[in-house]
Amino acid sequence: MMRRGFDIYPGAQTPNGGHGTACVRRGKFPPAIGRRKTCKNRVKQHEEGIGRMSIELKKLILERSTGVVMSAMIAVMVCVVGLTRPAMAQGPLRIEITDGVIEPLPFAIPDFQAENTEAGEYARSIARVVAADLVGTGLFREIPADAFVSGITSFASPVAYADWKAINAQALITGAVSASGDSLNVKFRVYDVFSGQPLGEGLQFSGAISSWRRVAHKVADIVYSRITGESGYFDSRVVFVAESGPKNAKRKRLAIMDYDGANVQYLTDSSALVLAPRFSPTGDKILYTSYETGFPQVYVLDVATVGRQVLSQQQGTMTFAPRFSPDGRTIVYSLSMGGNTDIYAMDINGGNPRRLTSTPAIETAPSYSPDGSQIVFESDRSGSPQLYVMPAGGGEATRISFGQGQYGTPVWSPRGDLIAFTKQYGGRFHIGVMRTDGSEERLLTASFLDEGPTWAPNGRVIMFTRESQGATGAPSLYSVDISGRNLRRVVTEGAASDPAWSPLLK
Amino acid sequence: MKRIAMASLVVGALALSACSKDRLGDEYGTGGLGGDYVAGSPSDPKSPAYFQQTIGDRVLFAIDQSTLSAENTEILNKQAAWLMENPAYTAIVEGHADEQGTREYNLALGARRASAVNNYLIERGVAPNRLQTVSYGKERPLEICSTEVCYAKNRRAVTVLAAGAATS
Repeated sequence: MMRRGFDIYPGAQTPNGGHGTACVRRGKFPPAIGRRKTCKNRVKQHEEGIGRMSIELKKLILERSTGVVMSAMIAVMVCVVGLTRPAMAQGPLRIEITDGVIEPLPFAIPDFQAENTEAGEYARSIARVVAADLVGTGLFREIPADAFVSGITSFASPVAYADWKAINAQALITGAVSASGDSLNVKFRVYDVFSGQPLGEGLQFSGAISSWRRVAHKVADIVYSRITGESGYFDSRVVFVAESGPKNAKRKRLAIMDYDGANVQYLTDSSALVLAPRFSPTGDKILYTSYETGFPQVYVLDVATVGRQVLSQQQGTMTFAPRFSPDGRTIVYSLSMGGNTDIYAMDINGGNPRRLTSTPAIETAPSYSPDGSQIVFESDRSGSPQLYVMPAGGGEATRISFGQGQYGTPVWSPRGDLIAFTKQYGGRFHIGVMRTDGSEERLLTASFLDEGPTWAPNGRVIMFTRESQGATGAPSLYSVDISGRNLRRVVTEGAASDPAWSPLLK
Repeated sequence: MKRIAMASLVVGALALSACSKDRLGDEYGTGGLGGDYVAGSPSDPKSPAYFQQTIGDRVLFAIDQSTLSAENTEILNKQAAWLMENPAYTAIVEGHADEQGTREYNLALGARRASAVNNYLIERGVAPNRLQTVSYGKERPLEICSTEVCYAKNRRAVTVLAAGAATS
């Protein structure tokens, strides 16, 4: 069912009659949009190379899954259903994200087993973070522990499926934690309760105790991945601008946090205005705009050392709206000179600047396609701000936005299928998505001021800035999924704006 | 003159971010807030206070526009005359936008506004090397309500004086 024009979903979470199904095809997003038809063995994709800075996470397969289970998952695409649909209850555990989940999938996650005394607090905390990650997607609903018929007394013991079926837990996640010295080991399994089988292999991660939240996020990413067939996004970070002070004298500084708001670290002080940070493709560098010299200029900051370096300082120019190319070698940005703003690109070291647009119009907010071949950007060359796509080296641009209103801050999805944008129309701001040719525009949010979308690493969730109006108005971070559901505030200590999501951490 | 004490405190706190020249009445990015302390008396034609308050250091723009109105050019004519009579000052023209519009677009729009004023002052005889432009986009609103009454005052370009003759 192809749709033209656009629909407004202001964070709507419309219930749909309570059929108990976790997967209702609503036709809002046709299956053609990047849906994976197969459920690959993701475990293999993840097996190596999980390590970053001081954190070492190892994944070991506890047992091999039977070929039967995996091939069944590949072959059948069946929605997860509740007790009210017994005919389908034997199908594999599966959520189709693109369908817009109406009824979240019920799961149970008993506290993980502490295998030694040192692991005690982590056994519970890790399970809590996994649960929060899953519930936060809007796709899952946790069954509270006080509803459990039986608990898990040993990670190795067989699961009493009937007890979990009785409380309608579609998925069961069990785990065990051991700790010694500075390191932590977490084993876990996912069960498809109604099929009475494990869902994929049992796995274990080991890492530093200080990285226990990352371990939990990795567990949640795998659970999410096994049930949805999509890669996860929980083991990721968000860089943003932390704001303080009154609206007319705001202090801004760069901050970085886990995607869920935990572990906030400040990267700059508030002595200079900073705007719109962006991660490098590997997540170790951040581009941003700072008024450190009194004039806005693009800087690059090393996340590990917090060292920063100005990238472009040409007298009489301002540079802003920077973004990395997908290979991390090029930076595309806006440069204003003599009142005219165009898009330029330069090498990562600041060398070899080249002009990509040359019109008297405002051209800004460039974003690369994931293959690096094209750039989507905002231009008012037609008289009002609209979205255009051009080759990455510059050249003829094709307008892709044709709806009413003004469009800005386009961002190409990491999957390549959609472009998220800010739209101003009828005195309201919206976050929306459209296909890369501009078709099937859909607005996901509406408020006094929503702007600056950034994609989750899996291209299924968008974070953005929402600012309240008036003298005491302040910005906060929000997230919404691409069906316009599950609008949530991302809790930050104070006011926050300009989020940028990192890639999935390694 | 309580403002003097306050202003100097702020300047002290922000010394790290100060520009090479002292900007009068516009500590770090306050964006030409009306009423900031500047030197001298508004009735002394040689004083920055006269420039700021008697002539008027700012011009306002229509929504999403950077063209100068007749009212604007009248103010800018006086600004240009003052700058030419007072060579001991340079100026930074700050462009600002209201909160309607995205951050990036408003930065570019503020640059257009600053440039329109900059170009006009040059046209009226001010040496180009005495002027610089900067855009604050929507980062430094003067008025903080979310209605057109405030927006109209925030869509502005402010000519902020700095002490010291042009060096290049």
